[in-house]
Amino acid sequence: MTSAWWPWAALALLGAYHGVNPGMGWLFAVARGMQEKSRRAVLSSLLPIAIGHEASILMVVIAVSLTEEFVPPFFVRLLAALVLVTFGLYKLLRPRLHPSGFGMRVGFIGLAGWSFLMSSAHGAGLMLAPVLLGLPVYAGYHSLSEISLQAVAAASLHVAAMLFVMGVVSVVVYEKVGVGILRRGWFNLDLGWSLVLVASGAVTLFTAL
Amino acid sequence: MATTLLRPDQTFYPSPRLAAKAPVETLAYMVTFDPTRKKPDGLLTLDVDPKSAGFGKEVGRAEVPNVGDEFHHFGWNVCSSALCPYAAHPHLERRYLLVPGLRSSRIYIFDVKPNPKQPKLVHTIEAKEIAERAGYSRPHTIHCGPDGIYVSALGAPDGNAPGGIFVIDHDTFAVKGRWELDRGPQQLAYDFWWHLGYDTAITSEWGTPNMVEAGVNPELLLAGEYGHKLHIWDLPKRRHRQEIDLGKEQQMVLELRPAHDPSKAYGFVGVVVSLKDLSSSIWTWHLDGSTYKVEKVIEIPAEPADPNDLPPLLKGFKAVPPLVTDINLSLDDRWLYVSAWGTGEFLQFDVSDPFKPKKTGSLHLGGIVRKAAHPKSGPLNGGPQMVEISRDGNRAYLTNSLYASWDEQFYPEGIKSWATSIHAKPEGGLSLDEGFFSTFEQRTHQVHLEGGDASSDSYCYS
Repeated sequence: MTSAWWPWAALALLGAYHGVNPGMGWLFAVARGMQEKSRRAVLSSLLPIAIGHEASILMVVIAVSLTEEFVPPFFVRLLAALVLVTFGLYKLLRPRLHPSGFGMRVGFIGLAGWSFLMSSAHGAGLMLAPVLLGLPVYAGYHSLSEISLQAVAAASLHVAAMLFVMGVVSVVVYEKVGVGILRRGWFNLDLGWSLVLVASGAVTLFTAL
Repeated sequence: MATTLLRPDQTFYPSPRLAAKAPVETLAYMVTFDPTRKKPDGLLTLDVDPKSAGFGKEVGRAEVPNVGDEFHHFGWNVCSSALCPYAAHPHLERRYLLVPGLRSSRIYIFDVKPNPKQPKLVHTIEAKEIAERAGYSRPHTIHCGPDGIYVSALGAPDGNAPGGIFVIDHDTFAVKGRWELDRGPQQLAYDFWWHLGYDTAITSEWGTPNMVEAGVNPELLLAGEYGHKLHIWDLPKRRHRQEIDLGKEQQMVLELRPAHDPSKAYGFVGVVVSLKDLSSSIWTWHLDGSTYKVEKVIEIPAEPADPNDLPPLLKGFKAVPPLVTDINLSLDDRWLYVSAWGTGEFLQFDVSDPFKPKKTGSLHLGGIVRKAAHPKSGPLNGGPQMVEISRDGNRAYLTNSLYASWDEQFYPEGIKSWATSIHAKPEGGLSLDEGFFSTFEQRTHQVHLEGGDASSDSYCYS
């Protein structure tokens, strides 16, 4: 099928976007490296961040898959569209939500928990919903195990792309560029991200109608 | 109320090292108050550009609609800690100054963006909101934290203990509530700051509002009732972790200056007076394993004096106490500046080794007995008190008043207020700035510099 490749590419691209966004994790890895004065601390921070992100994504992927299994596709799309638009509008109003109770000295579980909350507050998984609905496995009837397999593959591809980009960026910033880059390069993408959430909700809605 | 930017606010710096290379300040903000509580206190803008014709002069003044607030310390809505990775909000704009009235417990919020020389009052947090939502009163120190604006308060609304910290939302300026979840044995409050790299907050002790507002109480002082402890806290968990007692004779443990580099876990605190010999002292706290320890690293002795030259409070002691009431640390953590308000001395120490400070500079302005003059003045009263250091570390800004009711006890003739700038030489040493010495009708207190200074920002990267 000619249309089969685009959802996978989109999943990887979204992963790369989350990987390059300082607020989603690589900056935390660099800060921990600077605090410990060790590149190991940078690298060892990446896995818990990726795990937290994966967990946040999986939550949405499982929700979409289960809904798809038991509810007609039209209603799944309608529901996804409503959630996306509502969340996007909420992010427009309160763009700076961040989890509280965290500090620089988080351990493996703390860092994974932070990443999970940060990704969820960002709506990282939600953005995947319309893409998932574009996967062929959701187009017709498939068994739950087929759907689950594809769902996990989708989330893993996304997180692998994120982990790769996050790893490259954090090491380059830690070793070469320095955190001074933040002042020039940390563009405010909150507004754009919120609008894209709303827009993809709208597209999902129209493909549902 | 808060506004967002497309790129991080260019006054934010990830590390103190990068902040030291920031553009040199051309404006300074200084609060002034009327000790007679008849005219409104002010937020003044000073021209601190040496190339300008108005160097050292007042170029703007914002007033408030009340009298008797007693402006004291103040701070920014947001600063470099906004770049911290765990609660980043780099696109909030540094544009509001939060100015507490230490006596009225109001907090005024001024916008400096439309016209940096003429801040505009845009919002007032009333004492009632702080009392109802946080249970505190008499707001003192303000620090822009990674996740909100932190404010210390001297006490409860009835003027008694406990004092503590409350948090203001940096988006809405609503009082979010009391910070402490578990305050342990802590009752007295004054200053606070943190080691962001270690998730550790530190608080110090002065006295409750009832112990300080009518002036220093000699009976309480001689009984060692004023604050003499440091408290160490878990910053994200908001819990008391450790109490460090400097000893009951060490009265009034005030300004806290942790190392700016977040990978270092030490800092300096000043003690106003020792009951043993009226000396002042500087102590270094440091992390040793899992607990903090503290040791005295500088002692500044009292100076013998003729009782006829002394105010009633001090006549019996036949000496002038140095009264170290403010200290400040340069962004490179190398130079510690110390104000001895009683003897009128301003000192500089090289603290490259924080346990072995080396005295590298000293000069005199004012003082209870000495009354040292500036080249542009006659004899001065008051003494170096609030000290602010520029981000490049080359200039110190001084003002000469302490706290209205205490000013009268040590300088009964009434403080004549001044502000001045001191040059710090790169290799150590101090010299007066012949260009900037200005006097003011109202009492002068804290100074903050345009874009940030050595006490306004904190950092998450080395």
